[in-house]
Amino acid sequence: MDLFDNLALGFSVASTVYNLGFCFIGVLLGTLIGVLPGIGPTATIAMLLPITFQIGDPTAALIMLAGIYYGAQYGGSTTAILINLPGESSSAVTAIDGYQMARKGRAGVALATAAIGSFFAGTVSTFLVALLAPPLTAIALQFGAAEYFSLMVLGLISSIALASGSIVKALAMVVLGLLLGLVGTDIYTGTPRFNLGIREYSDGLNFVAVAVGVFGIAEILRNLEDEHERSVAIKKVTSLFPTREDWKRMAAPILRGTALGSALGVLPGGGAILAAFASYTVEKRVARNPDEFGKGAIEGVAGPESANNAGAQTSFIPLLTLGIPANPVMALMIGAMIIQGIVPGPNVATEQPALFWGIIASMWIGNVMLVILNLPLVGLWVKLLTVPYYVLFPIIMGFCAIGIYSVNSNIYDLYSVAFFGLVGYLLVKLRCEPAPLLLGFVLGPLLEENLRRAMILSRGDFSTFVTRPISATLLGIAAVVLIVVLLPSVRRKREEVFVEDE
Amino acid sequence: MVIDRANALCGAIFVAFGIYFASVSLTMDLGTPFRMGPGFFPLFLAVALMLLGLVIVAQATRVAGEPIGSFALRGMAFILPAPVLFAVTLKDLGFVPSIFLSTLLASFASAKMRLPVALVLAVLMTAFTTLVFVGGLGLPFRLFGPWLGGR
Repeated sequence: MDLFDNLALGFSVASTVYNLGFCFIGVLLGTLIGVLPGIGPTATIAMLLPITFQIGDPTAALIMLAGIYYGAQYGGSTTAILINLPGESSSAVTAIDGYQMARKGRAGVALATAAIGSFFAGTVSTFLVALLAPPLTAIALQFGAAEYFSLMVLGLISSIALASGSIVKALAMVVLGLLLGLVGTDIYTGTPRFNLGIREYSDGLNFVAVAVGVFGIAEILRNLEDEHERSVAIKKVTSLFPTREDWKRMAAPILRGTALGSALGVLPGGGAILAAFASYTVEKRVARNPDEFGKGAIEGVAGPESANNAGAQTSFIPLLTLGIPANPVMALMIGAMIIQGIVPGPNVATEQPALFWGIIASMWIGNVMLVILNLPLVGLWVKLLTVPYYVLFPIIMGFCAIGIYSVNSNIYDLYSVAFFGLVGYLLVKLRCEPAPLLLGFVLGPLLEENLRRAMILSRGDFSTFVTRPISATLLGIAAVVLIVVLLPSVRRKREEVFVEDE
Repeated sequence: MVIDRANALCGAIFVAFGIYFASVSLTMDLGTPFRMGPGFFPLFLAVALMLLGLVIVAQATRVAGEPIGSFALRGMAFILPAPVLFAVTLKDLGFVPSIFLSTLLASFASAKMRLPVALVLAVLMTAFTTLVFVGGLGLPFRLFGPWLGGR
């Protein structure tokens, strides 16, 4: 069977000592930085991205990057449970009951539950990715310029729907991101655009500099606003192993969380976050003991953590098959692929099967490593939580400077990172979410290119986007999504959901 | 009249970016929808950005939001110049002094940092990155630049 041949190829690529090594380094580094308080997965990946460029082999680089992603995600859950400080919004849900479990002396069990749930969800959803990727790739190969344009519009609109806060602001962030993505040189005519007359910007703004500025530096500045001491509730984690009772209680939530997460993760715009919230709501509703939620219910950790991880995994599907990022992390992956000389899209699976299946197989291996790495090393992570922040950020800044410069050896990229750090911090202070901006930045050049190509093919007729059936359907869905999020009743509901997020 | 300062400022920033991109787009060839020039799509986006910015400003006069809160001024004063310092000094001073000075500068973004700690941190950071990035990964950095007698 094809599926098994493909998976076998993937595992043979991913399990070479060389690639296993990079997967391990990725998972370790990701967890290490992800555990450090105040640095979420997106910032972690943005900051570690330059390191992966030092690896010549694109497969190894992407495997390592994927490892960093799971590691950072897992690290975020650890801080959520131990110090009630979720690294990102999707582990905010874990913090609700996980932290309460920790306060009751069951931190070890909470961490183990998160690991077991994540591992199970990761295994199932890796299979799903392997199963769904080839047929979707086949469909994607039929796509013309008009379909790609419409698909990207849908992706951008969905990212607005899932961003917290004002919809108009999120829309403005997308448009600003698209414009920033156009800085550089017009590919059709070679005309330099928006580069302020600086020749060093004629290849466009450095993606890593924008990402590190908007996510990394803005986050550091936010943490510096209010330097309070963090209290680590738990000095020592004892008894990792769940009791028989715990196993019984976590089984069903893990299954439901996995199903929810796998389905929602494919949605563009950050399905993992939505999945975690949805799973928590479902568990609370079906539970026989709803009163226990918020006071340390193991179901409240098992469900969302599984959903979160399943979603994180299936969000690779649109990336690998269509070349469209589902969330800012996937936008970072696209940036990495382009820098490695790979054009993301349906052709990756047919032209570079070893890379494609190698990454998919390494997802599962990465999950295994996470379990092996995390449970015994929990003590070390707890110690890391006590490192004072003022020691961390100068180190992070130093690594950022070296990393960003080393991408293109362009000192102007270092000026961009300072500028985007400032802009990113200002916009976050003004309650704008940075994720849509980064998505827009990555998609800007692709969107313009496909728009122009579609218009040339249709001889200047804009109706091409609505007369071609696939394109029309995609635009129709985008319009429905936009109308739905703008409906007053949905808007209120959405605000309620994201309030828990704060 | 209530004015939500955060939204007003936010909208103004978007309008300003929109004006910049629109004005540059207009200096370029717009082309036709059939063959779009380099200015066509950016002009469309820039106008959209200005309109969205105006909507946000308009909303600011209707609903009062939470206050913006304090800015990390000290953080901004020391964090943002750090990569710039690295950029400016890298060529002439070389990698070792450049990374040392940048880390040291960034250290003072926190009010809790003390000079001895910062110095030790910067020295350790310099030693580690020199070993790993220049020694281990072989990045093409000059350790000491022409100002310090390096080649």
